[in-house]
Amino acid sequence: MATVELAPSPAPPAIVQPPRDRTSSWPLLDRIGYWACWATGIGLCVIAAAIVLFMLVEGISALRLNLFVESPAASLHQSQSGGFLDPLIGTFIVTAIGILIAAPLGVALAAWLSEYARPAGLARGVESAIEMIAGVPSIVLAIFGLIVFSQGFLGFLSQRASDGTVTAQSFLVAGIVMSLLALPLIVGATREALTQLPGRVREASFALGKTRATTLRCVLLPAVRPGIASGVVLGIGRIIGDTAIIVILLGATLKNEPVGNVPLLKTLRGSGSTLTSYIYNNSPAGEGNAPQKAYAAAFVLLMVVLVLNALVTRLSRGRSAGAVDWTMK
Amino acid sequence: MTSDRDPYGQESTVSERSAALASAPPPVRRIVVDREPQVAPPRAPVNGSASATATAQPVRAARPAAALVRERMRTEGLWLAYGQNWVVRDVSLPVRQGEVLALIGASGSGKTTLLRSLNRLTEITAGAARSGRITLEGTEIYELEVNDLRRRVSMVFQQPNPFPMSIFDNVAYALAEQRPPRGRRRRHTPELELAVEDALRRAGLHDEIAGDLERPALKLSGGQQQRLCIARALAAKPEVLLLDEPCSALDPISTATIEDLIVGLRESVAIVIVTHNLQQAQRVADHVAFMHLGELVEYGPAEQVFERPREQRTRDYISGAFG
Repeated sequence: MATVELAPSPAPPAIVQPPRDRTSSWPLLDRIGYWACWATGIGLCVIAAAIVLFMLVEGISALRLNLFVESPAASLHQSQSGGFLDPLIGTFIVTAIGILIAAPLGVALAAWLSEYARPAGLARGVESAIEMIAGVPSIVLAIFGLIVFSQGFLGFLSQRASDGTVTAQSFLVAGIVMSLLALPLIVGATREALTQLPGRVREASFALGKTRATTLRCVLLPAVRPGIASGVVLGIGRIIGDTAIIVILLGATLKNEPVGNVPLLKTLRGSGSTLTSYIYNNSPAGEGNAPQKAYAAAFVLLMVVLVLNALVTRLSRGRSAGAVDWTMK
Repeated sequence: MTSDRDPYGQESTVSERSAALASAPPPVRRIVVDREPQVAPPRAPVNGSASATATAQPVRAARPAAALVRERMRTEGLWLAYGQNWVVRDVSLPVRQGEVLALIGASGSGKTTLLRSLNRLTEITAGAARSGRITLEGTEIYELEVNDLRRRVSMVFQQPNPFPMSIFDNVAYALAEQRPPRGRRRRHTPELELAVEDALRRAGLHDEIAGDLERPALKLSGGQQQRLCIARALAAKPEVLLLDEPCSALDPISTATIEDLIVGLRESVAIVIVTHNLQQAQRVADHVAFMHLGELVEYGPAEQVFERPREQRTRDYISGAFG
């Protein structure tokens, strides 16, 4: 290579800044709107910070390590009412059941809606059904679950009393109904990701003599894994945060109450509680009335949800900038 | 910064400056070269006489002997429509192995639709309709199972579209049966590895990436991605290869590589290429079909169509009068 020397270029001239945009020349209505946006934005930040700070201060002062390992106990005095081990386990079980049901169903529904959707009338029906479920208040879902799962032939899911009535309160029942909460979120996220895949990806696969099903299984679904993951995490967040279904379909009991003798199944068929119902019970409104415990549990719950939110952000960022880059050079 | 100072620090008025700009050339950076610039030595053409890009007058590789030319597909009185709109009108064409057929014509002339109808890819668009016959080895393609047809008549698209998997898996996917054998994961069996490497070799990609077939395909350059797509299309040993403007998204060097590849492949597979680039058609095609507004205006050997077109519309298109 020949060495090429460049004579030094002249010093760059000073940069001229454009004048600041001033609102004084705007119409009054625009100015009011503009400042209202500012005020709302700042207000929201203050509220968000207040939630975290308040829960941090109240929660950490009440948080003890033994709360995580002790079961709740009935006591009028806060110092003797135990910890929240059972609700913590309960939260985990309900979320696991809900997601294990919702994730495969949601992905399958999204795949069908995005890739098949025939006949068109059925597809429209499915779409509206999903939208409707997404809009139903969880307390209404809970009451609906109570009607369905107190049918005698579904007694194996919860507990059957000696007179034949079914309690319809168990981890299984709560988890099944909870899956309806997560389902629309998983369908939405997966479908969105599938729609964003360019048509040429499908064409490429069809042109190789692959069926729609093979294309979905081998190309499309692997490509939208980040989308599915963020839908699942959103769904988990929704399940963890729900109280109404827990109170009605899990019983919100003090401790987890197994039913029968079969290991594992006895817990799943039994009633219990989660962090949300624990918080409710220990708040001044609930029968436990141990606000310190409520604060501590609320703090734990908040942290779990914040971590999940961070996870969603990360996953969706991974989708736009990361591994699957369909943009062409 | 004071407004009457120019970037080089001389004080001047606006009029002086504009006068200076008009008369004297702007100050340039001097380039000091202490040696003659050294350029890469001229290289031998990649593929003998087929390396046509450098020469002004394209020199095609010798035409295969007539005995090697064999008809694979044929359209007879083919009409194609999207909805109420007939986009291909009464086209009859032979597709032969041993030669490259180029479809040329302005945008909207129906050439891509014609191409896509050959492996029934038009059917994924709602409202597509067809009249007339398309035969593969004498059999009407509607009588073949569609996915079987598409393995025998495979296609490469305008945009390189490798799947987000490894290079190996991209080609292996084309080879895999619809249903992998139960219990045994479709993975690197020796036969599969040989077949993948063979496809990559035919697409001229093997030597560049030989060491690392597990690399993600999307990490390849645009030209390499397109050759990977060609390898993928060749993997199932098709009888016909359809190319829909395969070089329009590529730089000239990748284009030349792929053109050489196309010329080299024509003896083992029948090739149909749609192109907007007339020079490209001239470089790679043995036969040329010129389409205009859905009609086949002219079909003939490439030299004849380009040098002595029979139809006025062909002459206008080739000379750049429209399109």
